[in-house]
Amino acid sequence: MPVLWLVLIVATLALGGFFAGRRRALSDAGGDHRRLHSLPAYYGWNAALKVAVPAAGVLTVWLLAQPLVVGLVVVGDLPQDVVTEGSSMDLVMSEVRRTVSGLEGAVAAGVMSPEEARSPLLDAQRISEALREAGQIVSGQLPQPVISAAQQMRQLDNAGDWLMSGAALAAALAGLLWALRETGAAFRARNAVENGLRAVLVAAASLAVLTTLGIVLSLIFNTVEFFRIYPASEFFGSLTWSPSFGGRSELGIWPLLWGTLYISLIALIVAVPIGLFAAIYLSEYASRRVRSVVKPLLEVLAGIPTIVYGLFALLTVGPLLMEVFGNEGLGWMRSGTAVMTAGLVMGIMLIPFVSSLSDDIINAVPQSLRDGSYGLGATQSETIRKVILPAALPGIVGAILLATSRAIGETMIVVLGAGAAARLSLNPFDAMTTITAKIVSQLTGDADFSSPEALVAFALGMTLFVITLALNIVALVVVRKYREQYE
Amino acid sequence: MKVIDMYDAPHTGRTVTSNDIKISARNVNVFYGDNHAIKDVSVDIEDKMVTAFIGPSGCGKSTFLRCLNRMNDTIESSRIEGTICIDDEDIYDRRVDPVQLRAKVGMVFQKPNPFPKSIYDNVAYGPKIHGMARNKAELDEIVEKALRRGAIWDEVKDRLHAPGTGLSGGQQQRLCIARAVATEPEVLLMDEPCSALDPIATAQVEELIDELRQDYSVVIVTHSMQQAARVSQKTAFFHLGNLVEYGETGKIFTNPEDSRTEAYITGRIG
Repeated sequence: MPVLWLVLIVATLALGGFFAGRRRALSDAGGDHRRLHSLPAYYGWNAALKVAVPAAGVLTVWLLAQPLVVGLVVVGDLPQDVVTEGSSMDLVMSEVRRTVSGLEGAVAAGVMSPEEARSPLLDAQRISEALREAGQIVSGQLPQPVISAAQQMRQLDNAGDWLMSGAALAAALAGLLWALRETGAAFRARNAVENGLRAVLVAAASLAVLTTLGIVLSLIFNTVEFFRIYPASEFFGSLTWSPSFGGRSELGIWPLLWGTLYISLIALIVAVPIGLFAAIYLSEYASRRVRSVVKPLLEVLAGIPTIVYGLFALLTVGPLLMEVFGNEGLGWMRSGTAVMTAGLVMGIMLIPFVSSLSDDIINAVPQSLRDGSYGLGATQSETIRKVILPAALPGIVGAILLATSRAIGETMIVVLGAGAAARLSLNPFDAMTTITAKIVSQLTGDADFSSPEALVAFALGMTLFVITLALNIVALVVVRKYREQYE
Repeated sequence: MKVIDMYDAPHTGRTVTSNDIKISARNVNVFYGDNHAIKDVSVDIEDKMVTAFIGPSGCGKSTFLRCLNRMNDTIESSRIEGTICIDDEDIYDRRVDPVQLRAKVGMVFQKPNPFPKSIYDNVAYGPKIHGMARNKAELDEIVEKALRRGAIWDEVKDRLHAPGTGLSGGQQQRLCIARAVATEPEVLLMDEPCSALDPIATAQVEELIDELRQDYSVVIVTHSMQQAARVSQKTAFFHLGNLVEYGETGKIFTNPEDSRTEAYITGRIG
């Protein structure tokens, strides 16, 4: 049974549960809702929640667990000799999965009967034929064990789906019965709904956390995989970045890390003073009318997609810089794509980020401190320099650190504005590149995903993740300390 | 009596007619946008004396207090008419620099508002921006004198470089008084200085106010009539933006002339 149908059935059951629960409670109270413990709708919600939540739980867990279990069973049944030289169990299993989806496609397109797809006589030739007829991609000749494994997997999946439908429906019905049994005039449905809602909220929160965890784990596993085939000492020690898919590539992180930090530094040198001064003007000097116009305008900058900034770098800022620093001018710059181009544009991108956060932080400095300072005969700028900025400093530092992690993670501006050459240079008018831009270039194209040249992307991503995580943690700690200050 | 120049403009040399009048306000009107907050208030505040402003919330007593050091200038929509003279010099005259004026008319606020700096830096803030000390030793002296004046020296002398925000509420308020005193003002304005303090801290601050009277003209806004009766020599009763009655504190509280004053102090309005 397709999952969609299952969900619809459970939803219908929940809807039915709502009305049944409400009616049952009302009839128990003799139709007078004042004799009920809770409002009638709460009894309905209680029943609906008890139908939907367990069924949804079963469904989720089953959908997550089934591929794992089926995979394990199939792997266990595969003969060891299918794993040939230069291959691995993972590769064989992905071939099995491809075959399964091929068979599904062929059956769905009607070129192969369901019986034939299950038949033990099915051989590679017939599959290739059927797949070609169904318009699917056909790779080389499939070995017989893979075909049987695919058939086994289809069978197990099928059985699993049916079991899952049964289990989910059983859970829904059991929940319905449970809710209806406990429903009565004295039942505290209101409290039960409160708990149920809490469960739903907890589930949503844990899902978000688990997803993050999953992403981090996949990063870690792939990084470990990379370090198995490429020495970590080279990765962290080499000063050269020259991947070559023919093998013998040097994958030192330093040129990329240097490019990242250099571009971020220039971006911050642009963004921090301008953003901070803009924030001071907006929060301390601007009249309400000016503020109501300027602040949204500044924040519009934050809404521009970074690819647009990238175009701006490539088409406007780069050529402009070339006119001054290029061969026609000072002769320091060889092409429009350079650290300076990307850094300037990234700085412009970060201005609203810094100014908006700093503005909030400066506004959070209590008016009483300003009054205290004015009351002592200080001018406005003295008050700002000596009272407000010191008081807001931790928060502003936090804002700058958050901006830094954005700068470090920025990709599109670098791809378009800074060039693609990984090099260690001090000249800000040289083309350089960053970690993020190289991750993109390593993973786009026909790279083999088990080669170090592709897997290095995960190690780079992991490094980036660690850096930004550390910055974010420092920023959070600083901001939190700031928050406690006035309480 | 001594006439002290409040600002650097040349003194016209006219002597004060009444020996003791420090601040004299004539026909003061204050508007916040369309809201007429102070209506035609005229009052003479005497030197070396505590004057209390009492009245129900929103009666304009704080607004009037903030006119005396032009703190209302920092509020965009405010507008003031009439004249307020300190030592016979109009503080709303165009030659007067409000920033300079505020150094001479110190202010203590309702909630203790020490800067998030050390105790020392809190007190040294005013003297530093006004360049009152030639060197560190002089600054130290000014700070110590102010803290002694604020009756808090003994409690903080061993931790001058601890943050001012770490003190208790009452200590913070006395620190703020010391901070205001440090710029050597002639008038000290206090806007409900005890409303955020417990009774013991209130008693300490009230005692301090009584001592400050020897050197300064003190104007205090308070919600507590007992406090007004305890610390002040003169009391002004404000109601709906009007100055209803002004006179000796003893007389206001025992034998008020206006029926509204009587109704307020006996608790029937407000």
